[in-house]
Amino acid sequence: MNQFQVPGPEASQRARIAVVGLIALFAVLTVAFFRLQVLEANTYELRSESNRLRPFPIEAPRGAVFDRSGRVVASSVPGYSLHVFPSSASGVMETTLERLQSYVDLDDARIEVLLERARREPYQPLLVDGDADFDLVSTLEEHRAELPNVVVRMDPKRQYQAARAVSHLMGYVGEVTAEELEQERYSEYSSGMTVGKEGVERQYEARLQGKRGLRYSEVDALGRVVSSPFGQVVQAPEPGVDMQLNLDLDLMEWIHHIFPDSMRGAVVVLNVEDGGVLALYSAPTFDPNSFVGGIEPDEWASLNSDPDQPLFNRAVVGRYAPGSTWKLAVAAIGLQLGLVEAHEHMSRGCTGGMFVGNRLFRCWDEAGHGSLDLVEAIQHSCNVYFYQLGLRIGLERLLANANEMGFARQCGIDLPRESPGVFPSDLGFWEERFGYRAQETEVLSLAIGQGPNDQTPLGIAQFYLAMARGGQAPAPRILQGDEAGDTWDIGISPEHGEILMEGLRRVFMPGGTGYMSSVEHWELMGKSGTAQNAQDPDRSHAWFAAMAGPRGGQPEVVVVVLVELGESGSIVAAPLAAKSADYFLRKRYGIPTDTIQTLGEHLLTGTPAPWAIW
Amino acid sequence: MRALFSRWALDSGFILALLALSAFGVAMIYSTGQLNVPSPVVEGVWIRQLVWFAFGLTAFTIISRISSNWIEWASVPAYVLAVVLLAVTLVVGTGRGTAAGVTSFLQFGGFQFQPAEVAKIATILALARLMASRLEAPGHGSRRSWQLTDVIGPSALVGLPLVLVLLQPDLGTAMAFVGILMAVLFWSGIPLTYLFLLVSPAIALVVSFNTWLFSAYMVALIGLLYLRRSRLYTFEYVAVLVFNLAVGTVARLLWDSLAPYQQNRVLVFLDPGLDPQQAGYHLVQSKVAIGSGGLTGKGFTLGTQKRFNFLPEQHTDFIFAVIGEEFGFVGTLLVLSGFSYVLFRLIRMATGTGNHFASFVLFGIFGAWITHVFVNTGMTVGLVPVTGIPLPFISYGGSFLLMCWVAAALAVRVARQN
Repeated sequence: MNQFQVPGPEASQRARIAVVGLIALFAVLTVAFFRLQVLEANTYELRSESNRLRPFPIEAPRGAVFDRSGRVVASSVPGYSLHVFPSSASGVMETTLERLQSYVDLDDARIEVLLERARREPYQPLLVDGDADFDLVSTLEEHRAELPNVVVRMDPKRQYQAARAVSHLMGYVGEVTAEELEQERYSEYSSGMTVGKEGVERQYEARLQGKRGLRYSEVDALGRVVSSPFGQVVQAPEPGVDMQLNLDLDLMEWIHHIFPDSMRGAVVVLNVEDGGVLALYSAPTFDPNSFVGGIEPDEWASLNSDPDQPLFNRAVVGRYAPGSTWKLAVAAIGLQLGLVEAHEHMSRGCTGGMFVGNRLFRCWDEAGHGSLDLVEAIQHSCNVYFYQLGLRIGLERLLANANEMGFARQCGIDLPRESPGVFPSDLGFWEERFGYRAQETEVLSLAIGQGPNDQTPLGIAQFYLAMARGGQAPAPRILQGDEAGDTWDIGISPEHGEILMEGLRRVFMPGGTGYMSSVEHWELMGKSGTAQNAQDPDRSHAWFAAMAGPRGGQPEVVVVVLVELGESGSIVAAPLAAKSADYFLRKRYGIPTDTIQTLGEHLLTGTPAPWAIW
Repeated sequence: MRALFSRWALDSGFILALLALSAFGVAMIYSTGQLNVPSPVVEGVWIRQLVWFAFGLTAFTIISRISSNWIEWASVPAYVLAVVLLAVTLVVGTGRGTAAGVTSFLQFGGFQFQPAEVAKIATILALARLMASRLEAPGHGSRRSWQLTDVIGPSALVGLPLVLVLLQPDLGTAMAFVGILMAVLFWSGIPLTYLFLLVSPAIALVVSFNTWLFSAYMVALIGLLYLRRSRLYTFEYVAVLVFNLAVGTVARLLWDSLAPYQQNRVLVFLDPGLDPQQAGYHLVQSKVAIGSGGLTGKGFTLGTQKRFNFLPEQHTDFIFAVIGEEFGFVGTLLVLSGFSYVLFRLIRMATGTGNHFASFVLFGIFGAWITHVFVNTGMTVGLVPVTGIPLPFISYGGSFLLMCWVAAALAVRVARQN
């Protein structure tokens, strides 16, 4: 074997092998790079694009909502929302949220919720605060360096005028929940979107929502947006459709103003002409603006734990024994069956009560009303008269006829969650519900609007609306120009209707339960109700159902007022109904509004009441 | 002017190529600082690289004037010093940046450097001296042929610093030591069969994960040993077999002793789609960067993979991915050609010198650089596992660039020695 020598033949051979090896190695590299950069370049170009461009939604402004005269009820205004951009690096979300704690009110529980959502949707920007104010936005802008993946986005946000007045009617908006996203109704929605949760916002969600736009933003490896925060818009958002309601926002504010702060209840004002809802108010109320961009958890908790249940819509969902407001239905059935006439007296006059069997059934007036005819009995709301009328009709017939009129139905208002009325369909109801056979004396309770009869204030309003319109009523409508046609026929003849209206008119005449609530310019008709209830045996719910219009003309509005535990329909509820109707009609006829409206208020303040008859 | 340059450079083409690569490196490091998410750490490092480049040229100027004999003399103390430094590094060394768990840097005041880089050059010199002395030793006349046992000495000399580097752990630099050893042994004229037998335990390690493959390999190995039986002593024969068997069987145990990230890197090498967000992430993003560069690239500083931080270690180990993204296939081809030329020149210088020490030094440098270039560029496209190994003259790294230029100086210096 030859010794290796440099230079030498063996060295030259080894050098050749080395050169060949070198060429082979670089040929392998060249082929690898050629494959990647020439043959597969298109694939990788695409991947590099999708690497850095991510789609982000642009929220569409919700449609604006106007009242009947064009006043803005709800609108979309620019709002700031705070997002944390997703990051694939572990711990970045946690650190960012912890740093945000010094600027935003974020407790640990809330951070847990946010992190959970970030895990569920790892590529979506995480919404931290949907309604950041401008001060916070500028503070964060100053501290941008320590919060690199916090992004402030300008998104449209909901804003309500007269927010507390319209809360139950308009409802509120909020972020669509995971449960909602699983429903058919929200099949085209995605997480982070704002949807109507209650009221008009929920009912007309599809119209108000609009269509989300789309933009692409460049992101880095951590998912942070690094180019313009607005990105490249590829699809502009389409705003939601604007809506005009039958509502009178001034009237709503007036009702909110006059309704006693400490009381719970509801006011419904319907337009006789078309059944349009002029006002729909429930007390206590809440501020729907506080829901915008996510309600504070403690505020939400206090709304839900409040014993007064401010989120409960008493006008549409609440059900109460209708009390004497329902005597009109009993009178109508009596007239219809030919069992009573307008000026027919009952065999027994009112002495403050009457014995049936060996039990005393009381009238509300212990002094008694004496002997009355039907019209006077309506005027004075005499229980004894209606006990006897009820006995004449009989339980079975009363049930049959009342069901035919329809008291276990929904009005069909364009609002979500309306409760149907509760009324026994037949005698079996008692056995089913209470476990005993119905006795004939049940009719005594039903005849004065007590017993197993629960109606929503809206339902009673529609009943009086039907009476004001001669027997038929359309479904109450919130949205203007969307008349449903008559959907309820209470089956009353014009003559009988006139008799009942006469009774209602007399309620506002001297001696009637509503006289103190009569007003200067308008003819008021109505019926008070004082309904016993299970809530508090000593304090009854106060009802008043009223119609009002120009003197000598037809009624133009129907107002129903319910005040929970208000004790007296005539003292508590009647003035609210009268003042609401007066306010609306004055506005309609161009008469300056006044805060002193009812006879009672004129007497208290010593101002002259020229219409009063003594 | 030209004469002046060639007097300074000693080997004009070789040094011109290295100057071009270094300058290009500085430009690329500048580019890696041009991000859409400004990173103050990377933004200004190109200036530091430029300063180190100047240091490198200064070192080149000085070292290329030192006497070759002095270099040969200094190789042993340099080797001893390097090994001591490596041992010290294991005790008091610090990590840097992402490799915080690794102890590869020594700190002197505000100055940090990697003893492994010094050790590479010292080992090349010491190894060259050892090999040259074997060839020239009296009594080992021309009739003395190579024995398999002759690889033990050189292997031990390289193995000591290699193990110390591996303990840091720095797999990439350790691979460079293997490259040095293989290149120098190859140049010593040792039969290629011996080289194969030397690396056979490593092959056994790789195939040991499949029982059938390992069995087939062992049968082939025994066959080869039988064919070469006339040249091997029995104990050599047995030693090779025992080593292969031992490595093959303890491979599992060895695998379990690897750090999880190292295991991951190997696994990801075998299947890059394994977990793109975690271990395979580097490779996938690097391939996307290079592939999306296409034929001519996205333009200087305009690489989007880089700009949006999708590329990891973009100014150090993955700088070649940025080159591929911004200059396309044309760019990668040019850089690879530059390195090919430099390596080719090293072979040429080695054959051109009559001095054994010089030619071994040149082949040692050749082995180190070819390992760095092939492993570094190969890992960006998935040809080899992702290893922390920088690209000579281009990757950011002060002591690394300096030592590259020291090596270049030694190369041109010893090549001139006749």
